[in-house]
Amino acid sequence: MGIKSMKDQDFRDNETLDQFKKSGSGILLSTVDALINWGRSNSVWPLTFATSCCGIEMMATGGSRHDFARFGIEVYRASPRQADVIVVAGTITNKMAPVLKRLYDQMAEPKYVIAMGACAISGGPFYFNSYHVVRGVDHVVPVDVYVPGCPPRPEALLFGVMQLQRKIKLETIGKKRNKVKE
Amino acid sequence: MNMEEANIQSLIEEQEFTINMGPQHPSTHGVLRLILKLQGEMVREVKPQLGYIHRGIEKMCEKMTYQQIIHLTDRLDYFSAHILNEAVCLNVERALEIEVPDRVKYVRTILDELNRLASHQLWWCAYGMDLGALTTFFYGLRDREKILDIFEETCGARLLFSFNVPGGLMYDIHPNFQKRIKEFIKYFRKKLPEYDALLTGNPIMQERTIGIGYISKEDAINYGLTGPPGRASGFSCDVRAHQPYSAYPFVKFNEALFTEGDTFHRYKVRIAEMWESMSIIEQLVDNIPEGDYSVKMKPVIKLPEGEYYQRVEAARGEFGVYIVSDGNKTPFRMKFRSPNFCNLAPLHILSIDQKIADLVAISGSLDFVIPDMDR
Amino acid sequence: MEIDKLLELVKSYQPEAEIVSGKQFLTVTVDKKNLHQFAKQLKESDETRFDYLFCQSAVDYNDHFVVVCHIDSTKYRHQLVLKTKITDRENPEIDSLCDIWNAAEFHEREIFDLFGIKFTNHPDLRKIFLDNDWVGFPLRKDYVDPVNIVER
Repeated sequence: MGIKSMKDQDFRDNETLDQFKKSGSGILLSTVDALINWGRSNSVWPLTFATSCCGIEMMATGGSRHDFARFGIEVYRASPRQADVIVVAGTITNKMAPVLKRLYDQMAEPKYVIAMGACAISGGPFYFNSYHVVRGVDHVVPVDVYVPGCPPRPEALLFGVMQLQRKIKLETIGKKRNKVKE
Repeated sequence: MNMEEANIQSLIEEQEFTINMGPQHPSTHGVLRLILKLQGEMVREVKPQLGYIHRGIEKMCEKMTYQQIIHLTDRLDYFSAHILNEAVCLNVERALEIEVPDRVKYVRTILDELNRLASHQLWWCAYGMDLGALTTFFYGLRDREKILDIFEETCGARLLFSFNVPGGLMYDIHPNFQKRIKEFIKYFRKKLPEYDALLTGNPIMQERTIGIGYISKEDAINYGLTGPPGRASGFSCDVRAHQPYSAYPFVKFNEALFTEGDTFHRYKVRIAEMWESMSIIEQLVDNIPEGDYSVKMKPVIKLPEGEYYQRVEAARGEFGVYIVSDGNKTPFRMKFRSPNFCNLAPLHILSIDQKIADLVAISGSLDFVIPDMDR
Repeated sequence: MEIDKLLELVKSYQPEAEIVSGKQFLTVTVDKKNLHQFAKQLKESDETRFDYLFCQSAVDYNDHFVVVCHIDSTKYRHQLVLKTKITDRENPEIDSLCDIWNAAEFHEREIFDLFGIKFTNHPDLRKIFLDNDWVGFPLRKDYVDPVNIVER
């Protein structure tokens, strides 16, 4: 049991995500960027949103054995206006999809989405022969990080959160980040 | 009365207004939407709206083989995943008239009771959090992780096991199985009185739950309220006692019954059940007989024509599987009698004339798992 | 109570019902018009006392529906299966059992939602799982939905 941890240099040295970085911001802006991104990535506060089984693994990640408060996810906010990230944990059905869209719209920028579990990524075990399941939450909201598993282990969710932190560290306040055109 | 006094009077009179306790809410334990008619803080009517996690599982089952259906039943009431898997396996074995070896029965029952313990621990931690005691969240999860370690070693998964197959178990148990269970029971026997000290004797908890949400025995039987809420009202509905299955005929245990029927006794029934589960496991864990872990089955399972019904006691109530078969390898109709769906029906009579905060305490004591309601 | 005694009692209440014994539970099929009165008799009579309805569902055999009620007695601990056939597929209707067993209320709403069978005298018959503007009844055998279902 247990997953091998990643070396710190490997974590900071990320060629794939570097492709997203637009170069040439100048030395003043890149220092300010680094400071703001450090603050934003180390305190993402999620919304209380759990539909089914993956929600329980998310709660277990918040427990005392795999504690995600040490990654900056300190408190769960009940109101979408005060939350930074929405971890879509569980199956989204046709009846729930408008509710999810409304919650996402109510969140304030900058906001992120983590799709947790097979059901949120692509419909999961309910892909075939179900008449009421949305096959993948990216039909409804734009997703930043996908965490596979059914349900994903708490360590997998923590890795997904770490990937989100790396993605946030690449943002720059000079340009707006890539937004999906409505 | 002149105009000004009449205006003030109409402001003071409380009007009824309708409020939505929407699908995304920290205390509804999932996607349950309640439409409340309130007069001030008193609840006058509760109308639940379901369907936000309706995945059409019963329709999907008509196109899947029996071994595939077991993986779907995991995702119904995921806290009693092992027990629900067992229900489908027992039904298929009853239809094919197969007798499983004793080793299988003992291991299935031990894992059942461990699953019930884990489920009640999670209920306790979420219930304390609903009432405002955040400490219980961390205590309950800490102890639950130890049970999940045992499951992970034997079954390979933490939450959704699919360890039962028609005919027996998927693999044999791990050599450390009995040792780890005995260590855990020794550890947990010391911890469970801590739970009592933390929450049961707490005066705030007692003020919030004694006398709230009363339901009588006749109403409980009429509404089909089973499981711990039914037993708190005096309805003796434990399937393990009345229609025993697997290794339950070989153990002695007491059914936790009270007559008061309020929220506090629904809480006490679950604590008593945790003690009983530990005693059942102790009776069984040393005596696991040697033998095969499964009966040899054909790869394609076809049930003979007819109808079959199996009842088991899940952590939340009586779970039933009703199969109508026409001889093919997929069922003709598969119906799940889910305990949470039936336990939701008396919510409106339990919460009439209570305050909203009491509604949270009552629905926490009924312990809903919404995917099981919606299937 | 033994199965034979129960069989005799049921025969005396409803002589023209079809009874099948020898399976897991005693199965009684009655006509639509006698259903409500027979069910009330089963609940209120002292010798049978069926006070706990534990499952109510419907099955779609391609040309007719069957509504199946599983009932149990907390006093005598015997069980019975009550079936009723509905041959009309355009407007299926049957009496509601809500005034006898309150547990039937939610079960009948579910059957109405997924099969389309109407229950007369139900206090609040409306859809429970699906949206109000959903077209069709998903659990029927002839339900086709190319938009939502990915076939396999």
